[in-house]
Amino acid sequence: MEEQFAKLDIRKDENIVYKRTNLLVDRPLSYCPGCGHGTVHRMLMETLEEMGIQGNTIGVSPVGCSVLAYDFLDIDMLGAAHGRAPALATAIKRMWPDHFVFTYQGDGDLAAIGTAETIHACNRGENFTMIFINNGIYGMTGGQMAPTTLPNMRSSTSPYGRDVAIMGHPLKMTELIAQLPGTYYVTRQAVHTPSHVRKTKKALRKAFENQKNNTGISFVEVVSNCNSGWKMTPVQSNKWMEENMFPFFPLGDIKVDGKLVEKKEAVAKE
Amino acid sequence: MGELRLMKGNEAVAEAAVRAGCDGYFGYPITPQSEIMEYLMAVKPYETTGMVVLQAESETASINMLYGGAGTGKMVMTSSSSPGISLMQEGISYMAGAELPALIVNVVRGGPGLGTIQPSQADYFQAVKGGGHGDYKMIVLAPASVQEMADFAKLGFDLAFKYRTPVMILSDGAIGQMMEKVELFDPIPRRTDAELIAQCPWAATGKPKEREHVIITSLDLDPAGQERVNLKLQAKYRQIEKDEVRYELIGCDDAEYLFIAFGLSARICQKSMDLARAKSIKVGLLRPITLYPFPEKQVAEIAKKVKGILVVEMNAGQMIEDVRLSAGCSVKIEHYGRFGGIIPAPDEVVRALEKQIIGG
Amino acid sequence: MTEEIIIAGFGGQGVLSMGKILAYSGVMQNKEVSWMPSYGPEMRGGTANVTVIVSDERISSPILNAFDTAIILNQQSMDKFEKSVKPGGLLIYDPNGITTHPSRKDINIYSIEAADEAGKLGLSKVFNMIVLGGFLKLKPLVAPENIHKGLEKSLPARHHKMIPDNENAIEIGKGLLKPLNVLN
Repeated sequence: MEEQFAKLDIRKDENIVYKRTNLLVDRPLSYCPGCGHGTVHRMLMETLEEMGIQGNTIGVSPVGCSVLAYDFLDIDMLGAAHGRAPALATAIKRMWPDHFVFTYQGDGDLAAIGTAETIHACNRGENFTMIFINNGIYGMTGGQMAPTTLPNMRSSTSPYGRDVAIMGHPLKMTELIAQLPGTYYVTRQAVHTPSHVRKTKKALRKAFENQKNNTGISFVEVVSNCNSGWKMTPVQSNKWMEENMFPFFPLGDIKVDGKLVEKKEAVAKE
Repeated sequence: MGELRLMKGNEAVAEAAVRAGCDGYFGYPITPQSEIMEYLMAVKPYETTGMVVLQAESETASINMLYGGAGTGKMVMTSSSSPGISLMQEGISYMAGAELPALIVNVVRGGPGLGTIQPSQADYFQAVKGGGHGDYKMIVLAPASVQEMADFAKLGFDLAFKYRTPVMILSDGAIGQMMEKVELFDPIPRRTDAELIAQCPWAATGKPKEREHVIITSLDLDPAGQERVNLKLQAKYRQIEKDEVRYELIGCDDAEYLFIAFGLSARICQKSMDLARAKSIKVGLLRPITLYPFPEKQVAEIAKKVKGILVVEMNAGQMIEDVRLSAGCSVKIEHYGRFGGIIPAPDEVVRALEKQIIGG
Repeated sequence: MTEEIIIAGFGGQGVLSMGKILAYSGVMQNKEVSWMPSYGPEMRGGTANVTVIVSDERISSPILNAFDTAIILNQQSMDKFEKSVKPGGLLIYDPNGITTHPSRKDINIYSIEAADEAGKLGLSKVFNMIVLGGFLKLKPLVAPENIHKGLEKSLPARHHKMIPDNENAIEIGKGLLKPLNVLN
């Protein structure tokens, strides 16, 4: 095979339409095929590369599926304890105020065990970017109920569906932190179609640009699928996400330049 | 001679941290140590040395802020008292695992639970045996005076960076709240970012093109890899045990009996020594200054020379386990303790010596 | 020389600050000192006490069971600390509010009507300095110039204008002692 490819090598500059992002480490991702993490990683690294800030960016990875994000992102990174990334990032940014700092967290990390750290970092108006991957489930530990698991949605710890009378309601952390004076830019995006990917990348760029002006927290939620945890094919999971997740977690900007966006604009347009 | 001041232990450790070139303090109020953050907020080092001082939303957040700051090579500290230190165990374990330098001050109060705000030494086990999960140690310094609260801030940072490990100053409510004369060392400028980058190549400071990216983590999912991490930590601890034992001997040359005590208890035992010697009881004092590493050899040697040892602690008997492990069965070793915030008086310690060791 | 002192009274009587000024004056006179307060809820209105040690040598225990001098400003403290004075030691107390006066015959006892005097002179804020003056009359541990320095160091700059009042109160206190039991 190798030889065959060597003979047929068409990888000439004029033919290249797609290549590995420079700031992604050259190794296979550990994510399930079909998962949104890889796409967000790529958009994030493209953003840092385009801004030319690889050398003065410090990232914080969470506990969850993206616990090993630091293996893929070719920047200096710290791996936080579960939920504590905003506390780490608070200190890092205050000690290196000229650096760009971000956290990359899942829903269990950011909206359950790390609720206090999330809310207080947002409320203090720390000048870093928070990237929140919301797939409504604990992926790494095997599909347990998350703070963002939808009503009636099945998980390994809600096998008959989330009964809100017993298990409580899903938490809209993004809407919640948008109310705080310390947040400046709050948006909810997705990465399951090329147009959504482009919007997410634009949001990430804006979130990092805001750090130059010390505006406070820029918060980018990405509603993502978890085809393994949801027990679906990638295509099925994206369809299910559109039909079930987006009505509850509508896409769009929630707060821009420190001002809440009118609610009707925040609803996803089909 | 440095500047002389009358200070509380809590104020002294705060002032000394600023003078040592500390880059950041992160803490949460709890009695009896709140004066540390109050002092820092009052002197505003962020306007002079540039040191960051931040009140966090919890001890959990404080210790993880410490982890973040330490991971970028900065000289960071936090302080708390027993219940707060319990909350911090998660972050301390992570920092030990990720090999990060940091200074943690525990101004101990009585427990368990919410306990009392009065002084205690009941966090000895938690401090020297690990406290959090996993096989780790931190260097534990036990100040017995306000002067040592100041001196150990500097020493603590030095050791933390020398070994890339968390260091704890294990104080207590009395040392924190009492005032004594302190000679303060001259301020050392904070390291510049360029100096830090040169001195701490392991730190996450932003990746230049020419070097590999730095990853600060305590995670290695591969058991063989995680075993290597543990072996490296253990090798470091053996080195610390070899090179960093600190202790003090008082009145031991002619001693027939011995007190072993740390921190405030050692101060009380010094008075007890005077009272005992007035009654012709020749008693000396061994004061461990590092609780980890514990002065095992020194305890073993002196145990051969005395007729009996009274270990005096403001707890139900914690350091005595290390004394017994060090000294073996060659000599009678008894414990005298008060707890729950009660401080033993010098005369009751003498009575305990007479009853448990000499008469017993 | 080592002088081991307990100062005890109600929170708000200036017990802790009296001890602090004495200790800081000791520092200014190149003495070793320690100041060990009771702390916690009792500081806010209940009883407050502080152990002050001034010495030419390294101080051993900051916590003591017996004292060279007890300065006592309320009945609870009298009940607690009269018995803690070393034989041959000194007890100074303000009889204001005291119902059971000290009765030991093996110690020196003086009263000082500092609260009355402070009220008469309108100097209630420096009541504690009147008491300190009485103590310094009997045990001149620190020189007046070092007390001045101790006041400067102990009081925040905004209260430095009060230093003359404090020093005046110390002088007044020196003249207010009444001997009740004096050993030969």
